[in-house]
Amino acid sequence: MDQKVSSKDLLGQMLAKHYDDAIEAKKAGELVAWSTSIAPQELLETMGIKVVYPENHAAAIGARKCAQEFIDYSESGGYSTDLCSYARVNLGYMNIQESIAGNIPLPDFIFCCNNICNTVIKWYENIAKELNIPMILFDMPFNHTYEVPDHSVQYIRGQFDHAILQLEEISGRKFDHDKFKEVMKISSETAKWWKKATALAAAKPSPLNGFDLFNYMAAIVCMRGKQEGLDIFKLWAEELQGKIDRGEGPWKDTEEQYRVMWDGIACWPYLADTYKVLKKNGINMVTSTYPDSWTIVYDSDDLDGMARAYSSNYVNRNLEYGADNIVKIVKDFSLDGVVFHSNRSCKLMDFRTFEVQRKVHARTGVPSVIFDGDQTDPRAFSLAQYETRIQALKEMMEENKKAEMMEEKKERIDG
Amino acid sequence: MNSIEQMISNFEEQSKYPAKAVAKVMKETGKKAVGCFPYYTPEEIVYAAGMLPIGLWGGQTEIKSADKYLQSFCCSIMRANVEMGMKGTYDLLSAVIIPTYCDTLKCICENWKTAVPNIYLIPMVYPQNIRIEAGVTYMMAEFKRVQAELEKVSGRAITEKDLLDSIEVYETYRKTMQEFVSIVNQYPNTLNARTRHFIIKAAYFSDKKSYTAKVAELIAELKKLPAEKFDGLKVVITGILAEPAALLDSFVENNIAFAADDLAQESRQFRTCIGSGKTAVEKLARRMSDQSCSLLYDDKKTRGQLLIDLVKENNADGVVVSMMKFCDPEEFDYPIFKKELEAAKIPMLYLEIEQQMDAAEQIRTRIQSFAEMMDKH
Ligand code: SF4
Ligand code: SF4
Repeated sequence: MDQKVSSKDLLGQMLAKHYDDAIEAKKAGELVAWSTSIAPQELLETMGIKVVYPENHAAAIGARKCAQEFIDYSESGGYSTDLCSYARVNLGYMNIQESIAGNIPLPDFIFCCNNICNTVIKWYENIAKELNIPMILFDMPFNHTYEVPDHSVQYIRGQFDHAILQLEEISGRKFDHDKFKEVMKISSETAKWWKKATALAAAKPSPLNGFDLFNYMAAIVCMRGKQEGLDIFKLWAEELQGKIDRGEGPWKDTEEQYRVMWDGIACWPYLADTYKVLKKNGINMVTSTYPDSWTIVYDSDDLDGMARAYSSNYVNRNLEYGADNIVKIVKDFSLDGVVFHSNRSCKLMDFRTFEVQRKVHARTGVPSVIFDGDQTDPRAFSLAQYETRIQALKEMMEENKKAEMMEEKKERIDG
Repeated sequence: MNSIEQMISNFEEQSKYPAKAVAKVMKETGKKAVGCFPYYTPEEIVYAAGMLPIGLWGGQTEIKSADKYLQSFCCSIMRANVEMGMKGTYDLLSAVIIPTYCDTLKCICENWKTAVPNIYLIPMVYPQNIRIEAGVTYMMAEFKRVQAELEKVSGRAITEKDLLDSIEVYETYRKTMQEFVSIVNQYPNTLNARTRHFIIKAAYFSDKKSYTAKVAELIAELKKLPAEKFDGLKVVITGILAEPAALLDSFVENNIAFAADDLAQESRQFRTCIGSGKTAVEKLARRMSDQSCSLLYDDKKTRGQLLIDLVKENNADGVVVSMMKFCDPEEFDYPIFKKELEAAKIPMLYLEIEQQMDAAEQIRTRIQSFAEMMDKH
């Protein structure tokens, strides 16, 4: 039989290559950029500049349970414990430059887009200052309106133009507009397949154990503008479809009893723990807000569309959109509940959670819980609290299911 | 009581009881009032619309209702603003303008819509890439959008002349305040940490034009007096704000004067003059390009040098960092300027503050030991 490489293997290989390439490039004297996770990488890919993503790297360090060393380093330099832990890990790494989770080369310039938060502006300013390197900033005005207003689109386009000039100056090379179109096309295509693959989790039972999402996310961050990225997601979609066709659920040894979504970033240092508690309770995390975050889709050559797509990340949009988004996910994925991560790192997500939770509950009737944690700082999470909350969620979901069954029975009798 | 004391006590009265002060000035002027959230809002446009821009900088209040929206690790100033909005303290305002400088403010803007539905919200975005033309153009578009909103609130159109007149009022205000903070060095006993703060803060609850006249009068009266002898310490204070009043009292008790400040609530409001431009709105936008603050993009991180310069210009003995707890923009600036101040051998006192703290015992002790340590040198 033909031994086909699985998308997971491919993912591992490609990620390793991604980091190796960056290190090699640096050694060869080529430019390396550090970029935020949902930035217009199209510009860098067009210039053939190697990029690494500090958020991804920090997440990897968190998952390898070795974040504390980097956090301690930053804190001893005056960084407050209350700041985003990705920043604390990365700013520590910038000095220590050695981790068992893998290494990244130091940047020659910084590429920052605040469609995920304004925290990254401050964090990246500090890198630029400490390393004395240029910074390219894409400021995506916060959308307090439901849609992205036109004057914001114009402003973002103006920044694309400015960034191209900056890139030409930094690299001493001309920007190739034809190649740019090509990259725009691939990036959009990859994003579509990412969305397509993750949307397959809507099947019942879901072919996807949602914690895999967290793994594949690394690829959508690092390889959105590359053919290799596109290939991974096509393959992944094919595999998931295969599971659906065979009626396979997320696990071999347990049935999927409840379906939930996870709002917010993972708790990387406790990935296995958080996963096991859910699984033990028959709860499958089917999806999260991640799929949409990287669904950056626009027509090739449509710069306005590209500007709008980048600015449309849900955290950069108003609360009404945020609530609508989750309501839609609850329906599309037939969810029984929602798990909200009150993540000490991420104020932009946290300070809307309470109201979003109320709105979602009012409109869907689906129960939810909030637990305290942090994406990489191991000190902010309590397994006991998490277990209690998940237990409570399970009970509420059980109640709902019972009520639904009663309802159905009643209908049958009445009918 | 002599007239200087009387003037200062009037300012203090206004600052300590904002609601009362605002109600009074509304009655006197017959104007509507518009709440202006930190840090920069187009006050000039509000004023041009014939309304009073009122500063909303939190305050000491027990947090109850705001917990419905915000976790405990939200900065105290915004928890207080939401709390006061919810409990009706701001009901006399016809609208509020909430700019979205930091992640917290973005969320406050969004929560306001449900938490305080009775006060008309005008959200506003200031661009971060304000030093490139696309940013200036965007800023101008935002000013015009907000202008139209304010016209709705006031019920009248704002002309170019209204705007230019208002800019002039504000420019006089800024120049007067620049002079005011500079004469503190000559009168550090009269203008101690506490009185200096209350005088500056009163601007937020006054009609800018008459407020400026009063400050000018105070300056003129002070100048008639000889410079005061002062044997205490002089410091430069930096941060979002230096409150509550108990904190300021500790400085006064320990004979520490504020020779200059880099506080968002104080000098950052008036240290940057109006920009050049063909239209009023362009002048306002270009002023933002020159503004420096932790809330505005600055990849050169000029704050350390700014503090060093302030220390030198004012012959100050050190820098006090008034760190607003849970404030990302300020907390990110700190490690960078800390290093620079250390390299320049400038002594530094770091205080973590929250507006709601009442027993500032620990802080008091730290200020005292700082004073003692400096005394020995
Ligand atoms: S975790 Fe939140 S605060 Fe930190 S970089 Fe990501 S979006 Fe920004
Ligand atoms: S700048 Fe700091 S103090 Fe001000 S609202 Fe934002 S987090 Fe709070």
